[in-house]
Amino acid sequence: MTQPETPGDAGHCGDPRSGGDLRAAALADPAMLRGLTQARFGRRDLLRFAGLAGGAAFLAACGVSGEKKDSTGDDAASFWKDRTKAGTVDFANWPLYMDVGSTDADHPSLDMFTKETGIKVTYREVIQDNESFFAQIRPTLAADRSIGYDLMVLTNGITLSRVMQLGYLAPLDHARLPTFAANASPSMKNPTYDPGNAFTIPWQSGLTGIAYDPAKTGREITSYDDLFDPKFAGKVGMFGDNQDLPNLALLGTGVDPAKSTPDDWKKAAAKLTAQRRDGIVRKYYDQSYIDALAGGDLWISMAWSGDVYQQIATGTNLKFVVPAEGGLLWTDNMCIPKTAPHPVDAIAYMDFVYRPEVAGMLAEYINYITPVPKAAEHVPADLAKSTLLFPSDDELSRVSRFRVLTTDEETEWNRIFQPVYQS
Amino acid sequence: MRRRRAGALAPYFLVLPGGLWLAIFFVVPTAVMLSVSLQTGNVVDGFTQTFDFGVYADAITTYETQFIRSLIFGLIATVTTILLAYPMAYWIAFHAGRNKSNYLFGVLLPFFVSFVIRTVSWKFLLADDGILLGNLKDAGLLPADFHVLATSFAVVAGLTYNFFPFMLLPIYVALERIDPRLLEAADDLYANRRGVLTRVVLPLSMPGVFAGFLLTFVPATSDFVNAYVLGGTNTTMIGNIIQTTYLTNADYPLASAVSFILMAVLLIGIFVYARLLGTRDVLEMSTR
Repeated sequence: MTQPETPGDAGHCGDPRSGGDLRAAALADPAMLRGLTQARFGRRDLLRFAGLAGGAAFLAACGVSGEKKDSTGDDAASFWKDRTKAGTVDFANWPLYMDVGSTDADHPSLDMFTKETGIKVTYREVIQDNESFFAQIRPTLAADRSIGYDLMVLTNGITLSRVMQLGYLAPLDHARLPTFAANASPSMKNPTYDPGNAFTIPWQSGLTGIAYDPAKTGREITSYDDLFDPKFAGKVGMFGDNQDLPNLALLGTGVDPAKSTPDDWKKAAAKLTAQRRDGIVRKYYDQSYIDALAGGDLWISMAWSGDVYQQIATGTNLKFVVPAEGGLLWTDNMCIPKTAPHPVDAIAYMDFVYRPEVAGMLAEYINYITPVPKAAEHVPADLAKSTLLFPSDDELSRVSRFRVLTTDEETEWNRIFQPVYQS
Repeated sequence: MRRRRAGALAPYFLVLPGGLWLAIFFVVPTAVMLSVSLQTGNVVDGFTQTFDFGVYADAITTYETQFIRSLIFGLIATVTTILLAYPMAYWIAFHAGRNKSNYLFGVLLPFFVSFVIRTVSWKFLLADDGILLGNLKDAGLLPADFHVLATSFAVVAGLTYNFFPFMLLPIYVALERIDPRLLEAADDLYANRRGVLTRVVLPLSMPGVFAGFLLTFVPATSDFVNAYVLGGTNTTMIGNIIQTTYLTNADYPLASAVSFILMAVLLIGIFVYARLLGTRDVLEMSTR
């Protein structure tokens, strides 16, 4: 089977001489001559033309080359050799992910960094979503040009894995990260998605669990199976993504995502499909679930810890639990694109945020889990006690990481789970 | 002989612009799509041509529901636009007098606003506790859990609304072209009003309906904005699947296979439809 799809005479038409043959043949054939003089462009001519064009395109398109960069200069030593401080750093982050002072444009922790190091930070909250941000920067990275940022924050998961697989990130020089080594929580070091923190170190983390309105559900929620309770039909929210939803579903069926097999994936997906078919799920949500939950459209939903904390702070009666079967711990990570023009300044900032007082400033505003346990000494007492910012050991013992997928597994994973949330 | 020869080649030259257009923008992309659909690999290491036809079986078994749903949604939306657009086009063409173009402009005015913005606006208008449903619920006219958004109805209504002008304009043009003297003649020949409509106006306007059907049905079936913005569970259309598979999952072979199947189904459907309607005539008439 070399070319089963090539129209029959494509090869013939592809030959430059065949145009002449065609004309000679046509002129020799009286019927063909008649046809031509009668100004008719027959179906066969069209097919022949289509065959030519199709055949050429077909030959041109046999295979799409991968984007993986060659790995020369991938070791930290050769990347960082001869790099010097530039005095400026461009930082791409997510909205509401930095402490603010008297105005929204005023960021005390950044000012502190500038004052101390002389490095000016251009801070932009341009990332709304991992996938769309990556889609935006990917062509530039593939062309080996600077994306205009020296530092960016990506969530562990399929997008970050892909950025690493494609070789778009600068390897970190841990000699330049002494504060990280000294202060980072052991649970945040050496994660499964980036062994040895080769390319990333955490910015903030959060938990995926279940949020609910106790007044509406009428009972305490403790289990993943509560999301399947027919009593809550039409009032249950699930995430419509290929990370949180599948991984939590795997935990809910008693399987460790890291050790799960495609058969486990199918089982978990089948259970989710049944949940949808029985009319229990209202919708597969993105970030908008929290408004639906606060507004009463949802009674119980998959949720991210920080969102729930912020709702509770505004007086909404919600609770967040890590289900008995387990929850998910995800981390937004700082990383440096390989094409960054000011990597030395970027890595200096990465180390700076691991000082307990800086981490405290950030945690107080951001309300997610800080990677620096000692930051608790630098935030107000009620926050220091909050298990949402500083999860208890019991909670941390029950959370898992997203399954790290190889590119081939990823295809199968998506083909199993996409039909669940895109129904 | 020389003249004759030039004459012989003339048709080829005449068809060249159209033929090139067709080749560059249809035949080549279709061939590439077919080729990609039969490749195996991933975005990191690249894709290689393996002629794995299994992807087509995968695509059909996995997304059968969405294929069928898209065709049904597209069909309902198209028929609804015909039912809405025909009377309106008829009135503008025959009864609007001097103001024809004003009315036409009035109908088209909302469509100067971006497609996505218009659709998102419906989301605000029809929100569960929004300005319409919220007030009706407060007045006790609707049960508290009534909702329009996140239903199939919302998606089909969005499609109907968004593709309305693509139906109205061809029908209007077809009606506008009908010679008023034909209607008078029908009258003179003792046709009643109903007879004039069914035996003169309708048949003469069929090319417009046919063109409107194509312009509405094809994009409505492959639309993804309405289902994304107005839909909920069990309303995903095949366009959404293609979008996610291609952009998010970067599963190019599967995305190409789904696109190819959709295109094939639409082409076959349209040929069958053309046959059933006896559309040799319709096609000929619409080129007049």
